[in-house]
Amino acid sequence: MRYNILIGGAAGQGIETISFILEKILLRDGYEIFSNKDYMSRVRGGHNFTQIRFSKNTLLSHTNKIDVIVALNEETIDLHKENLVSDGLIIADESIKCSDSRFKPYPLKKIAEEVNNKRAENIVALGVLIKSFDIDKSPLDNILKETFEKFYDSNMEAFTKGYEFGTVREKVEAAEKNDNILINGNDALALGAIAGGISFYAGYPMAPSTGIISYLVDKKHETGMFFEQAEDEIAAINMSLGASYAGARAMTGSSGGGLSLMTESLGLVGMMETPLVVVDVQRPGPATGLPTRTEQSDLSYLLTASHGEIPRMVLSLKNPEDAFYQTVRALNLADKYQLLVIILSDQFLADSKVTTVPFDFSNIKIERHIASEKDITDNIYKRYELTENGISKRLIPGSVKGQIVITDSDEHTEYGHITESSQVRISMMNKRMNKLKLLDYELIEPEYYGDESIDHLLIGWGSTEGIIRDAVDILKKEGINVGALNFGDLYPLPTKNLEKYTKDIKSIVNVEQNYTGQLAKLIRQETGIHCNKSILKYDGRQITAEEIVAQFKGDVINA
Amino acid sequence: MLDKKIYDSFDDNAWCPGCGNFGIMTSLKGALADLELKPEDVILVSGIGQAAKIPHYVNSNVFNGLHGRALPPAFGAKVANKDMEVIVTSGDGDMYGEGGNHLIHNIRRNIEITCLVHNNQIYGLTKGQGSPTTEFCQVTSLQPDGVRVSPFNPISFAVSQKIGFVGRSFSGDPDHLKEMIKQAINYKGFALLDILQPCVSFNKVNTAKWYKDRVYKLDKDYDPTDIESAFKKSLEFGDDGIPIGVIYKNPSRNSFLENHDDFESLVKRKWNPMDAEKFLNDFK
Repeated sequence: MRYNILIGGAAGQGIETISFILEKILLRDGYEIFSNKDYMSRVRGGHNFTQIRFSKNTLLSHTNKIDVIVALNEETIDLHKENLVSDGLIIADESIKCSDSRFKPYPLKKIAEEVNNKRAENIVALGVLIKSFDIDKSPLDNILKETFEKFYDSNMEAFTKGYEFGTVREKVEAAEKNDNILINGNDALALGAIAGGISFYAGYPMAPSTGIISYLVDKKHETGMFFEQAEDEIAAINMSLGASYAGARAMTGSSGGGLSLMTESLGLVGMMETPLVVVDVQRPGPATGLPTRTEQSDLSYLLTASHGEIPRMVLSLKNPEDAFYQTVRALNLADKYQLLVIILSDQFLADSKVTTVPFDFSNIKIERHIASEKDITDNIYKRYELTENGISKRLIPGSVKGQIVITDSDEHTEYGHITESSQVRISMMNKRMNKLKLLDYELIEPEYYGDESIDHLLIGWGSTEGIIRDAVDILKKEGINVGALNFGDLYPLPTKNLEKYTKDIKSIVNVEQNYTGQLAKLIRQETGIHCNKSILKYDGRQITAEEIVAQFKGDVINA
Repeated sequence: MLDKKIYDSFDDNAWCPGCGNFGIMTSLKGALADLELKPEDVILVSGIGQAAKIPHYVNSNVFNGLHGRALPPAFGAKVANKDMEVIVTSGDGDMYGEGGNHLIHNIRRNIEITCLVHNNQIYGLTKGQGSPTTEFCQVTSLQPDGVRVSPFNPISFAVSQKIGFVGRSFSGDPDHLKEMIKQAINYKGFALLDILQPCVSFNKVNTAKWYKDRVYKLDKDYDPTDIESAFKKSLEFGDDGIPIGVIYKNPSRNSFLENHDDFESLVKRKWNPMDAEKFLNDFK
């Protein structure tokens, strides 16, 4: 069985705290969790909610079908009761007016006042909620101690009274304890960057990417890495590039608007052949768009962002575990090929927490590919020496006596000095662009999910992987023969699995969180393969498996 | 003292004959030699413009980046390797126009960077348009009716922000300029040096003679730590004279690296991925 709890209210009402504690209880009880956040671009008021889905079995996606609503205000009930299952439960304070038969009023405020902690209203509700599922509450004691310190006593009392007030709605089967972690996309990416050895990150706050820099700063004293809040994103990328040139493993990132400001400098990274990883945690654009919501609409832009032509790698992240490992890989590839690697995340992934097997740090390698004195064969070091595969030895300024490192945004000679020679221009363009061919050997094919012989293929990228797989499972149960390809690496585009799974097929359907079908366009451009149907969503909310199924049946099967 | 010749670069020079940049380059090499800074220990960072080409003509490490964006990579490089001497060479368009925002914030940071601005009060590389420091009403190739916006005063601006170090010199006085560059490099923090320079091709108003007739050295008893007299001095520019020398030096401001003494040079950092494994506990 899978259960879905929605906790909703206004910004500032404490949704974060109660969600955090509930997630920790479920995690330590051994349940699998998939939780996602929906919030507005404001500090107080409005309507925010978190959905926490849990099960004994693996969860790949969220759902909008709700079993229990914890409503911290009346609006939450009005907005979400239509998604509540018929035998669902609404937990809210007795002062809230609601005629729905599933509503159970509780004296949340009164109990909070009794324990002399008005802010503990949510914790009372949590007590009621835990009781309704009758799950093991033993981890709570430690969690409250870790969370509240000073207010432990009143919160514990609030929880206990709420628990006593509650009634068992459905006894949930106990899970086996494990040592899983629960982590969201932003934290996993930042942890991957730390493990992968970045020592420099410059950034400017912008939702939904801010979580990355908050995490890095939180760990900076323990890691010895350096973070700078830049005056703007142009400064952020140029600071990071300067640090990379000088020898630090560096990274920067932002959301779409910040990436737009960085555009000219993306070209500079390519021209200078200085390694840099740039993260884009996508949100709906253009311009300010929907600041706290989700979209996959920066792909087309980032495939060619910058004037002129540079080699680059673009990859997308599927889930928090993938975010961790792919960030490490991106850092290594940037160093190996001395190029720009762009990581595409999005708000949904950034803020979704998923239970994951603990990351394996022992298998992580930091590969810098930095030259030393013995690599200098001529007397004078040439930063852009023409070599067989186009990769020149990369020396760090100041590391070898008598040798200097010249890097330039103008077209340059092997030494790095400005040139307008047509011959040199051709050699340097060929040298840089050849990296795309070298990357072919590094590409990870999109993972296929489904039976070997299918009628229909769903194609997606990044954070929709788990959702599309859930949709495949539902469709298969209904007798529809469908499989899915989910892309992580996007550019250069891996094409082997595409060619394999699109042969003799009735329909190819791209599922994307954008208006124009950006992956479908890329596939058509690179392979000539045409997606003949699209499932596209661009309202800023992540698509669910149920939505994919409904659209697929409407547009493909019954069309 | 090192031999100045070690800073000679074999790269072809693209400046106009008689350009003020030649004098600035000679003084810069002299300053580096006097301070015994070896080519491999110096990073010259620039944006785009005629002044921004100087790193190619001086044998040292070079980061020649984008127009207006010299300061951010210079900042990144300095933080990555504190042992490097990081010197930005820029023009009035690059630093006071396109890159103005970065100037504001690096003055705030007081990062250990020497920022040389070759100020010829005109755009050279793009052929004679008005720059942020072109005089009001001056006729240019793109402002045929005269520039109708007021010039930016970099010195007053810097003093108003209580900058670590701000000075002015003149390409026609190589000894003074060399000494000023040395002082700027030796200052522990952000040092802005505005260097007046004629543009022989495009600025027919602010010629070498125009500057020579107007610049004067600050009195020996001038106190550059007195912000009020510094502000007064910073307003002097024109027929009544242009002061050159250290206009203001903040007596009490810590440098960026002094304010951030909690990390070692990033290039020296030792790191093993296993060092991060303990952070998993936060997610349990």
